Amino acid sequence: MDYSITPIAVSLTVNGQSQTVEAFPMERLLDVLREQLRLTGVKEGCGEGECGACTVVFNGEIVNSCLIPMAQVDGAEITTIEGVALADGQLNRVQQAFVEFGGAQCGICTPGMVLAAMNLLERNPHPSESEIRDGLAGNLCRCTGYMKIFEAVLHVCESRKEDTLPNSG
Amino acid sequence: MNDADKNLMGASAPRKEGRKKVTGAALYIDDISFPGMLYGVTVRSPLARGRVNNISFTGDLPWDEITKVTAEDIPGENYVALILNDQPYLAKDIVNHPEEPLLLLAHENKYLLEKARRSVRIEIEELPAVLNLEDSLNRKHVIWGSDNVFKSFLVNKGDVDQAWSRAAFVIEGTYETGAQEQLYIENNGVIAVANERDGVTVWGSMQCPYYVHKALVKLFNLPEEKVRVIQTETGGGFGGKEEYPSLIAGHAALLAWKSGRPVKVIYDRAEDMVATTKRHPSRTQHRTAVDANGKLLAMEIGFVIDGGAYCTLSPVVLSRGTIHAAGPYYSPNVRIRSSAVATNTPPQGAFRGFGAPQSIFALERHFDRVAKTIGLSPEEFRRRNFIRRGETTATNQVIQEEVDLSALLDRALNLSNYYEKRERFEKENSHSKIKKGVGFASFMHGAGFTGSGEVYLASVVGLEASADGLVRVLSASTEIGQGTNTIFCQIAAETLDLPYESIEITQPDTSVVPNSGPTVASRTCMIVGKLVESAALSLKQTLIGSGLLREGYSPAEFKQACADFHKRFGPLRATSKYQPPENVFWDDEKYQGDAYGAYAWAVYVAEVSVDMYTYEARVEDFVALQEVGKVINPVLAAGQIEGGVAQAIGFTLFENVVWQDGRMVNNQMTNYIIPTAADIPPIHVYFEENPYPFGPAGAKGIGELPMDGGAPAILNAIENATGISFTQVPLMPEMLMNGLGRSE
Amino acid sequence: MRAFIPGYQLITPESLDQALTLLAQEPGRWKPFAGGTDLMVLLEAGKLQHKNYVNIWSVQELHGISVTDSTVKIGALTTYSEIQAHPVLQLEFRMLCIAASETGGLAIQNRGTIGGNIVNASPAADSPPALLAYDAQLELVSTKGGRRIPYSEFHRGYKEMDLGEDELLASIYLPRSDTKLIQYYRKVGTRKAQAISKVCFAAVADVRDSTIETVRIALGSVAPIPLRCKATESFLEGKLIRESFIELAQSELGREIAPITDVRSTKEYRLQVSQNLLEEFLRSFNTLRYESPISL
Repeated sequence: MDYSITPIAVSLTVNGQSQTVEAFPMERLLDVLREQLRLTGVKEGCGEGECGACTVVFNGEIVNSCLIPMAQVDGAEITTIEGVALADGQLNRVQQAFVEFGGAQCGICTPGMVLAAMNLLERNPHPSESEIRDGLAGNLCRCTGYMKIFEAVLHVCESRKEDTLPNSG
Repeated sequence: MNDADKNLMGASAPRKEGRKKVTGAALYIDDISFPGMLYGVTVRSPLARGRVNNISFTGDLPWDEITKVTAEDIPGENYVALILNDQPYLAKDIVNHPEEPLLLLAHENKYLLEKARRSVRIEIEELPAVLNLEDSLNRKHVIWGSDNVFKSFLVNKGDVDQAWSRAAFVIEGTYETGAQEQLYIENNGVIAVANERDGVTVWGSMQCPYYVHKALVKLFNLPEEKVRVIQTETGGGFGGKEEYPSLIAGHAALLAWKSGRPVKVIYDRAEDMVATTKRHPSRTQHRTAVDANGKLLAMEIGFVIDGGAYCTLSPVVLSRGTIHAAGPYYSPNVRIRSSAVATNTPPQGAFRGFGAPQSIFALERHFDRVAKTIGLSPEEFRRRNFIRRGETTATNQVIQEEVDLSALLDRALNLSNYYEKRERFEKENSHSKIKKGVGFASFMHGAGFTGSGEVYLASVVGLEASADGLVRVLSASTEIGQGTNTIFCQIAAETLDLPYESIEITQPDTSVVPNSGPTVASRTCMIVGKLVESAALSLKQTLIGSGLLREGYSPAEFKQACADFHKRFGPLRATSKYQPPENVFWDDEKYQGDAYGAYAWAVYVAEVSVDMYTYEARVEDFVALQEVGKVINPVLAAGQIEGGVAQAIGFTLFENVVWQDGRMVNNQMTNYIIPTAADIPPIHVYFEENPYPFGPAGAKGIGELPMDGGAPAILNAIENATGISFTQVPLMPEMLMNGLGRSE
Repeated sequence: MRAFIPGYQLITPESLDQALTLLAQEPGRWKPFAGGTDLMVLLEAGKLQHKNYVNIWSVQELHGISVTDSTVKIGALTTYSEIQAHPVLQLEFRMLCIAASETGGLAIQNRGTIGGNIVNASPAADSPPALLAYDAQLELVSTKGGRRIPYSEFHRGYKEMDLGEDELLASIYLPRSDTKLIQYYRKVGTRKAQAISKVCFAAVADVRDSTIETVRIALGSVAPIPLRCKATESFLEGKLIRESFIELAQSELGREIAPITDVRSTKEYRLQVSQNLLEEFLRSFNTLRYESPISL
């Protein structure tokens, strides 16, 4: 085995597109997404897994991309905020609700918050308010006081109850 | 909202840039890069105060490839132009606080650059430092000017001294508040392009492009037109990006100037927390005289804030804190002495509320103490002393607007089931390890700059309509999450009888937009929004006056008129400049007169629980009732209140800056904790609307208000729960334990 | 980012054997790297001293939970999310599930591993007190084979462990109990979610006819290591529960723990709250004998 530290080739699928990137083994997934793949919707807020601004969906689970070294990314399937709007460019339901209900203010936590909310609703389509609180507790927002975010998520749940059509939101 | 809507002001138009934000398309400064761009970092002082003897570059690094900037490289003035111009861009011989910038480095490889930053050796001789407010006041060492005092105010109304002997009660108290980090989720950052030929251009995360502009003009000694400042999408500010961007923008520009390359400086979280401004720590002393009927006779208030090593905005923070110190009450005699003092900590700066949360905390805690002492309920004591129309504030401002604080209080107490809870908790607490309580605070917040501030600012807003009928608002007022873009478009659309969608906002760029003043002081909606309204009116009148349009026009007719106007007369543009309301007087020397054009009035009620096993206090429920004039956008307005209340909860129960030798040592989000989604109680927001004639459609300011009332309401509730009167925030569980222990 | 990223190596072995061989070849050169939720934080802060890591995240042998009649075996790389979702753990080892649910936010729980939580050896970690109270055992493996030790003997001093440079923590064994134990777990961190504990208290007890037959108590954040409080346990065991014992037991606990003041809390607070939680634990016997009085 060659132990010298050189960039490694990492294959990954991002927002449905397969690609291979070169990166140092300990380079953060966050930096590769932002700088190499220009997916700047992934934000950096703290660099220590505390704020959730860098949240992406990684093999179906939300993760903090600032805490994932590229050596652990090979073969991964990743979704970023850039990959969640509907095919025709329309906002998905969660995004739409965030706009309508004031869930986004300064917007820096929003991509991570939207992904966390979508992931929450996938795991639990009808969360209680306390489940919403716990489910989003890893994503810090300094603007909203969270109330409008809860309202947005609750609205998505309610509109889903009324609407039987499948929707990727 | 596709049709022209007569009632757009008052409707919850969706956030103008909402789509960009929920799709990740909004570009913040760190999302932007330029070809050939270098990264810049700051080498900082390791000590609170000292003399720099030598800086050397060690280690196996390509130092000749790395751009280095010291104070010697500064082409113009080595100070951040603001109020007193005492803060250097780069310290030269003496450092006055930990993390003070000494040297700048730039290189294209950010990993290498970080290695370089760590390989700079600074030889520094320690000088005695002053690290807290008391030592500064006592002049343990003189570290600034002749007496450590940046600014002092004296507000005098009536004759306080003759009141004490007549009083049935004289009640004293001392109250303290700690530093608070703004903790916008987007750290400070800028990109600069700078050279002698083109001048200096800076893009960045900021609240006040023209502050940065003013500072860069001095730093580079350039004509104004050679400096251009552009605000990029800004991930929160809360005051933290009011004055600080002038410093970081200068740093990036100096590196760009020297290297000839674009330079990006982005702070990481640890640097942003340890090096940038915070809310001023404060100490307030109250002495209050009350007559036998519970009416205020005199209030004597001493208010001191810790400004850190340099003046920055401390005089203005002090001013607002001073004026708000006597609250929404009538007292015939008031004396307020206040000062902002220097310590060898990083300079403190603007943070939502701007001095008012500190002095209002003290007052609203103190008034619960006064009420208790004289045997009245907290609500009854306040009812007897609320200011009424025609009465005067501490600065002798006559309240002209209709205000009924007793009714506001009653409504807030009813909305929160205050009486029922007080009764129930008293019963339940005796046999529970969880003690519950409810408390409130009543307060006001002045909107806009203090006194003659708005007159000096003389803000200007422009509106232009293109040939195809698209209207653009030109202002330097920034969108930092609070909703500037949205409300400006609502105001312009309704005034012009156009649909919301046909109005756009021009990105704040000092080469394009007029100076509408800084985005601070709850002034954007009330002051600048009014200018948007009057510019829109003037644009409309231009078209009507030119005979191209008639009243009652449709959007299509407006579009046609714009096309015709462009053909005949060229560009269609209207501007509006601030005009103070008539009969407003302010004496800056004596600090007397009309401190603010308008006040928002509020009563906040907090319900808390205190766990006697862990001494953890939690806010269980929160009612925020306020009168803010006309509410332009109910969703955004409620969002402002909820966000401010959440920050106030953090300020009160979670956010503790741990200082060591003048430096914040818990400068990580892990150790400086802000409320998560799981920590915020239901926040019930209610508005009363009493239109203010000089705001757009009657709107007053709103942004800072919700920061003011949370801390005293929560501590009043904790006293109700535990019987202990705490006088300090943040009230961490450790302090709560100590307080409860003392009472046993 | 305060680290020189090109200076760090993180290689991915193809199997457990290969990982162990690597660790054995040049003892001390390589250290294991699991979910990264602790090490990446140090890296970002420029505080990750060691430079060479073996990426064990993809070593399948170290993942997963298996249950026998007498034990639950948890692979060292089992994430906090997997722990919370496991039905047997939910039913019988609820304190561990709560600890997992209170460690960071969901994104952390999806990557953070129980093994990492143990060998990171932070005295403030959330799961060790629960594991100590459950009397867990650890299985350590190396090219020389495996060994099993009581978890209570694993931590020896601040960040010092009974773990060879060539060894990996492979799994954690939890003994299943026939008797229904009283379980008490409480993490005190000021904030409801994503807090780092100031005090973490985990305890189990078997109480019969008002007599404490068995009790195991462990605390986090009150000593250089996650601490099993055996002196307090011996004081309590075999005793009839009486009001007067509470204070004596609290004194015993006070002698046994050694909290300090740091950026998160004070020595006095940690001491007092530890003693208070012991009181809450003991008082819970009367009212909630067969229900877990776990506070959420």
